[in-house]
Amino acid sequence: MNDQPHTDEWAVYEVFVRSRRGLNHVHVGSVHAPDPALALRHARDVYTRRNEGVSLWVVPAAAITASDPGEKEALFEPSADKVFRHPTAYQVPEGVSHL
Amino acid sequence: MSLLDDGWAFGAEFADPLASLDTSIPDGVDGALLAAYALGLADDALVAAQRMTWWCSRAPELELDLAWANVALDLLGQARPLLVRAATAEPALVPALPAGSPIPAEDALAFFREPAGFRNHRLVEGADADFAQAVVRLLLLSTTRLAVFERLRHSRDQVLAGVAAKGVPELAYHRDLAAQWFLVLAGGTEESRRRTVAAVAALWPLHVEALETHAVEVAAARAGVGADPADVREQVAAVLGPLLETAGVVPPPSGRARPAATGRDGAHTAEFAPLLDEMQSVARAHPMGRW
Repeated sequence: MNDQPHTDEWAVYEVFVRSRRGLNHVHVGSVHAPDPALALRHARDVYTRRNEGVSLWVVPAAAITASDPGEKEALFEPSADKVFRHPTAYQVPEGVSHL
Repeated sequence: MSLLDDGWAFGAEFADPLASLDTSIPDGVDGALLAAYALGLADDALVAAQRMTWWCSRAPELELDLAWANVALDLLGQARPLLVRAATAEPALVPALPAGSPIPAEDALAFFREPAGFRNHRLVEGADADFAQAVVRLLLLSTTRLAVFERLRHSRDQVLAGVAAKGVPELAYHRDLAAQWFLVLAGGTEESRRRTVAAVAALWPLHVEALETHAVEVAAARAGVGADPADVREQVAAVLGPLLETAGVVPPPSGRARPAATGRDGAHTAEFAPLLDEMQSVARAHPMGRW
C-alpha cells in the first residue's frame, strides 16, 4: 500500500454495497482515502453503519469512464421508440418467477 | 429483518445479545473482585470513548469523523454492560443518589464517581496532540483490549464472556483500522512520519504501564473470570512487534521504573479531571433526571 504516490489531496473512490447474498453491488456514494485499503475501511464506516451490507467494492473514481451529458441525445434517445426490443410479446410460462 | 428485506435500513432490529445472560456470580468468586476487574475494563472503554468523540467534526476528513465516532460508540457499548456487571457484583461501588432518583446504576457509576474512583489506564485519558497520536493510541488500546477479550470469551463469568464475544469482532476492526492508518502515516510524508514516531515515543510508556500486571488481574485470572496478564503481554508483543518493524518505527526502551500507583489504582494524570468534568456536568446538574 505504501507504494501509492502521495499527493496533497486524497483520491476519491466510488463505493458499491451488496446488501445481501445474491443481489448485485449497488453504487451508494464515494469516500476520500489515501489508498485503496483505507478506502475500503472508510466505506465500511460511512456506508454500512446500519447493517446495510455484506460486501463492499471501492473503485478509484478516476478509473471510471463516464458518458458525456452532451451526447445524451445521440446515445439514449434513439432507443426510446424501439418498442419491439421489449420482450412483451412473450407469454410467460406458469410457475416462472423473478422475471 | 423485514425492513431490511425491503431495502430500507432504518428500524432494523438490533437484539441485545446480553439481555438473556446469566448474571449470577460464579461459585467461589468474590463479588468485590469481579466488580473491580469489570470496572477497569469498563472505564478503559468509557474514557476512551469520551476522548475519541472529541475528533467528531475535528478529524482530517469527514470519513475519519465517522470512523472515530463509530469506534467510540462501540467502546461505549462495551462499557455499559461492564458497568452494570460491576454494580451487580458489588453494589457498594455505586455512588449514592438522591432518594427516588431514576438514574440507573451504570449511569451513577459513569457520571457520579470522582476521578480517584475511576480505574482506567492512563493511556486512554490523555488528549491527542494530533491525529498521529489518535491513531497510535487506538492501535495500542485495541491491540491490548482485543488480546484480553479473546481470552475473556472463556471467562467463568457469563456476563464477561458475553461482552467479550460481542466485543472481539469490534476490537478486531478497531485494531485493523488503526494499523492501516499507522502504516500509511509512518510511510507517508516526512511530516506524517515525524509525528507518528513522536506519538509512539510519547505513548509507549503509558502502553507499558497498561501491560503491567495488577493484583486485581492476577486474582481474577486465578479465579477463572479474568484474562492472564502474561498471556496478554505475549500476544500484544507478537502483534505490535512485526507491525512496528514494517513501519520502521522503534519504540523507546522501557527502562522507566514502575510507578507506585497506576490508573488501575485510581492514580490519574492532570488531564483527567477536566475530561470528567465535561463528561459528567449534565448528569450531575440533574441527579433526578430521566434520559
